[in-house]
Amino acid sequence: MSDQMASPSVAPRGLADPAARRELVSGFEATPGSGKPDPILVVDNIVRQFGGMTAVDVQHLEVQRGIITALIGPNGAGKTTFFNLITGFDKPTSAGKGAHWAFDGRTLDKTSASSVARAGMVRTFQLTKALSAMTVIENMMLGAQDQAGENLFKSMFRGTWRKQEREIEAKADELLARFKLHEKKDDYAGSLSGGQRKLLEMARALMSDPKMIMLDEPMAGVNPALTQSLLGHIQSLRDEGMTVLFVEHDMHVVRHISDWVAVMAEGRLVAEGPAESVMSDQAVIDAYLGAHHDTDLGDDALLSDETMEELAEQVAAEEAEREAEEEAEGLR
Amino acid sequence: MKSQHVVRERRVARGAAGLIAALLLAPLLALMSSGAAQAVDTLCLPGPDAACIAGTVRTEDGPLADVKLTVTDESGAEQEVTTSETGKWNLQLDKEGPYVVKIDEASLPDDVVVAEDQITVQAAFGVTKPALFDVRTEAYSASTSKVDELVQSTVNGIRLGLLLALASVGLSLIYGTTGLSNFAHAEQVTLGGLLGYFFVNQQGLSLWVGGILVVIVCSFTGWFQDRVLWQPLRRRGLGLIQMMIVTIGLSLALQYVFQYAVGARTVRVEQANPEVSTFGPVTITNQSLVAMGISIVVLAAVGYALLRTRIGRATRAVSDNPALASASGIDTDRVIRLVWTVAMGLAGLSGLLYALVTNGIKWDSGMQILLLLFAAVTLGGLGTAFGALLGSLIIGLVVELSPVLGMPGDFKYATAMLILILLLLVRPQGLLGKPQRVG
Amino acid sequence: MDTIQFILNGMMREALSPQTAAVAIAVIGLNIHFGFTGLINIGQSAFMLLGAYGFAISVWHGLPMVVGLALGFGAAFVFALILGAPTLKLRGDYLAIVTISAAEIIRYVGRSALLTDFTGSAQGIPGSQYRDPFTSLSFFGGGQFTLLPFNYTDVADGAAWVRIIGWVLVVACAVVLIQRLRRGHAFAGLGQAALMGALIIVGIFLLFFLFPVPNQRTGVNGWWVRFIAWGLVLLCTLVVYLLVRSPWGRLLRGIREDEDAIRSLGKNVFSIKMQALIIGGLFGALGGIVYVLPASVQPDSMGRSLTFFCYTALLLGGAATIFGPLLGSILFFAARIGIKYTAAAYVPDSIMNNQQTEQFSYIVVGVALMLIVIFRPQGILGNKRELRFNV
Repeated sequence: MSDQMASPSVAPRGLADPAARRELVSGFEATPGSGKPDPILVVDNIVRQFGGMTAVDVQHLEVQRGIITALIGPNGAGKTTFFNLITGFDKPTSAGKGAHWAFDGRTLDKTSASSVARAGMVRTFQLTKALSAMTVIENMMLGAQDQAGENLFKSMFRGTWRKQEREIEAKADELLARFKLHEKKDDYAGSLSGGQRKLLEMARALMSDPKMIMLDEPMAGVNPALTQSLLGHIQSLRDEGMTVLFVEHDMHVVRHISDWVAVMAEGRLVAEGPAESVMSDQAVIDAYLGAHHDTDLGDDALLSDETMEELAEQVAAEEAEREAEEEAEGLR
Repeated sequence: MKSQHVVRERRVARGAAGLIAALLLAPLLALMSSGAAQAVDTLCLPGPDAACIAGTVRTEDGPLADVKLTVTDESGAEQEVTTSETGKWNLQLDKEGPYVVKIDEASLPDDVVVAEDQITVQAAFGVTKPALFDVRTEAYSASTSKVDELVQSTVNGIRLGLLLALASVGLSLIYGTTGLSNFAHAEQVTLGGLLGYFFVNQQGLSLWVGGILVVIVCSFTGWFQDRVLWQPLRRRGLGLIQMMIVTIGLSLALQYVFQYAVGARTVRVEQANPEVSTFGPVTITNQSLVAMGISIVVLAAVGYALLRTRIGRATRAVSDNPALASASGIDTDRVIRLVWTVAMGLAGLSGLLYALVTNGIKWDSGMQILLLLFAAVTLGGLGTAFGALLGSLIIGLVVELSPVLGMPGDFKYATAMLILILLLLVRPQGLLGKPQRVG
Repeated sequence: MDTIQFILNGMMREALSPQTAAVAIAVIGLNIHFGFTGLINIGQSAFMLLGAYGFAISVWHGLPMVVGLALGFGAAFVFALILGAPTLKLRGDYLAIVTISAAEIIRYVGRSALLTDFTGSAQGIPGSQYRDPFTSLSFFGGGQFTLLPFNYTDVADGAAWVRIIGWVLVVACAVVLIQRLRRGHAFAGLGQAALMGALIIVGIFLLFFLFPVPNQRTGVNGWWVRFIAWGLVLLCTLVVYLLVRSPWGRLLRGIREDEDAIRSLGKNVFSIKMQALIIGGLFGALGGIVYVLPASVQPDSMGRSLTFFCYTALLLGGAATIFGPLLGSILFFAARIGIKYTAAAYVPDSIMNNQQTEQFSYIVVGVALMLIVIFRPQGILGNKRELRFNV
């Protein structure tokens, strides 16, 4: 892959054009851990074990700059854990033993979650972390970086941050308008619907002008009416030159918006490829079948959208349950 | 407070085996009866332009009268004082500054030696400064070796550790099953001791009957607390932090209820003085031996129940993952009720034994060991019952051994704390805790 | 009538006392910890004790007062660093356990006979050893002074109806004030601010009219130390107001609700929590210094009970509010004395002797703390929607 890296001929510019993207993606090798011409995120040898169980074991993964990459996989494939690892919310078991990952050329091996975000890789959460006891606009303004007023000594003197605060608020207003949350500006975030919270979280992440946004199941718990607009927002982010990596179960969504798909199963990266072809990859079928061998998928129906969707729903339901349990445990 | 008792016990046994009972009370009686009469002749009151230095000269056998001391100020002017019947002396000074107090060895009885015969005291207006000499009988100095001391302290440490374990296992189980750090746990320990005082000392029941009653009543308070307070609060969905503050309020209220009931004095469970046994270098009261035996049996029973019985496994399941346990058909409310009942019974037992072993309990005794309990539980791993046991033994040993190993006695609790802070830095989940899901 | 007047006088004296002000300052610090950031510090008394020791020991040993203040604050600063470093990355209960334990240990060490030359061991340091530089700053002069030159006895010979009307007016003032404060924007706009100011001045004027408090102008426990103590309370309230309405304060509230969310936005949560712990601890140290000025440094009077009082006062007034600590502290101490005096006056000695009234008042405090947390966690001034406790 080093030869490919040497020729970053395809710049992210012009990737708003579907044809240009298709052409770019067609040049990628459809094998797990394949090299990309201009990777923004490179991950090597990340292993995370809980007790004796290996939750994540990713040998190599590259994420191309400027496109939407989907990360899919059956229940318990370790997608969220993987997200936590590369964003600094969890530490790999292999830390110091060959684990290495870099974002935009910057090594993140020992970087805390907050520094990862400052480096330009901002994430959202599967169970939204909108701060419900704060207003929507306060939530938004927390997202801005390098605020002078967040310095303890300057904070007491309004003059030192008033101007910046106005600018931040203007930017927040703009984003809220774009995400159609503007009339909720002074409401408590807790009063928003599930989908609105997802939007708020995404908008808040954008306050920091990230280079890459990582969305953990952006569609979970969103009512269908909002799904379309959420998808639109994600696509327009890409069209503005941002890189998007997202975890999703809804195959429709994956097909509809992703330019490239990476598949995880039992902690490993088992397949990569464009959305249309990866679904028929034998490794992917095995992964889903392995997890759901009680489902009769003996014929070609396996490959139909309906079946995949059913499966995905099943998986999503199970995973949500598992996550809820973990969450309950985490809260104790 | 505890160490003083222990040390006193030890010295008494060494000094004169036949006079154990009398000697234990002697200093107290002497202070109470003759102190008031004797103090009058040389009373020193510190004031805005008067400084006092004072002290008591006593060996492990009792106070020494008519010992001469000379006090020399910076200019070299000497003053002489003599100890009273109770071994006390004091001196009023009209200048601040360093004074050298020297004890006249010739005036000491023949079989008594002093480690260092002079001390420098910084006198200041408005305060009484102590000048204390390390005076021992020769018999005592000869018989004490570092190794003996170490062995004795180790036994004392294990004893303290076992008593702490009784209380901390319950604290840890409550934390494991409900997520609550119960700051009122220590008051349950006090309650056990005070109930022992009430049943045995006041009502004249035998120690065994009284002890069983204490455990029953304390267990009932646990059941009752969960019934009227904690379960309704859990149902209300009260946050854990709020619940924790409720336990703080409860702790405060209970402490003053105790003080309301028995006052600020130290009360004893048994009126008679405990018998003492000697094994090689180790001297220990028979009550301590029995207390240690009971602790071991009870702790083993709890451990067996947790590992082998159905309800014990259910408890551990709830500790591991309440949502999952509930989903798999375990009645978590019942388990938690049982945990409260058992935990409070154990804490009560711990308090009773603590009162017996340290020869007394007062309204805030529990609060004094609360930090040891928390240190033990955190050290072992929050929420793990066996971790609490291990942590308690470690904390018990640290507290009793650190004075022997050179830590000033006043700082022995600080040593336990220091160890806790260091451990949190390197292994926040505690010794036996699971590494994930912390933070 | 006389008994009631006696009880109310006692409450008024306690409410005005410099030690109430001192606790209010410590509660303001605790409010930064617990109210705004969600840090469960159960060792605020240790910050107070360290501040007091730092100040008293330096002045006692002949250092200038400024150095004493610096050492008091320095001790609290270091203490916060030591406690925060291992615990602020962990779940909230760890800080709680470590702070309560460390507070007890500071007290034990302070009582240690080995440190008699510094801390005066269990007897503590008498106020006369360190108070003089502070009293000598006074420009209030000597002698007695009563704040208002006239009082209720000058109207209609102090008839009962004068006082009753006065009390009703005071209560009315307080109710209006509290209602306006609860709406949150009490000082928004000139008219509002003027109205609030007028209410406060009228209320205070009425209080002094009804409860004349004579005190020495300077003295050990006179107007001078009261003036400084309450001045500092107002100053600290202002500082907290400035802090929490800033982006820094916004961060604190975000951390209180969900640390991970804040971390995902690129903020150094550990550093912010540490800043909050230190700032609140410094307020605690200042409170401790003020606490010992009219009294003496007694390690046992600054133990865990004091921390619990701070919590009760904070939750009573309203955590995460600007004026909650001030209101809570005044009400707490006045109410406790009220309970004690009432019990002493109306419950026969055979049921409750004098000492027991003291203990009874503390039992009521403990029960009150439980009831407030269960039934009104937002306190008097708080906003229930905003107040959330998180681990």
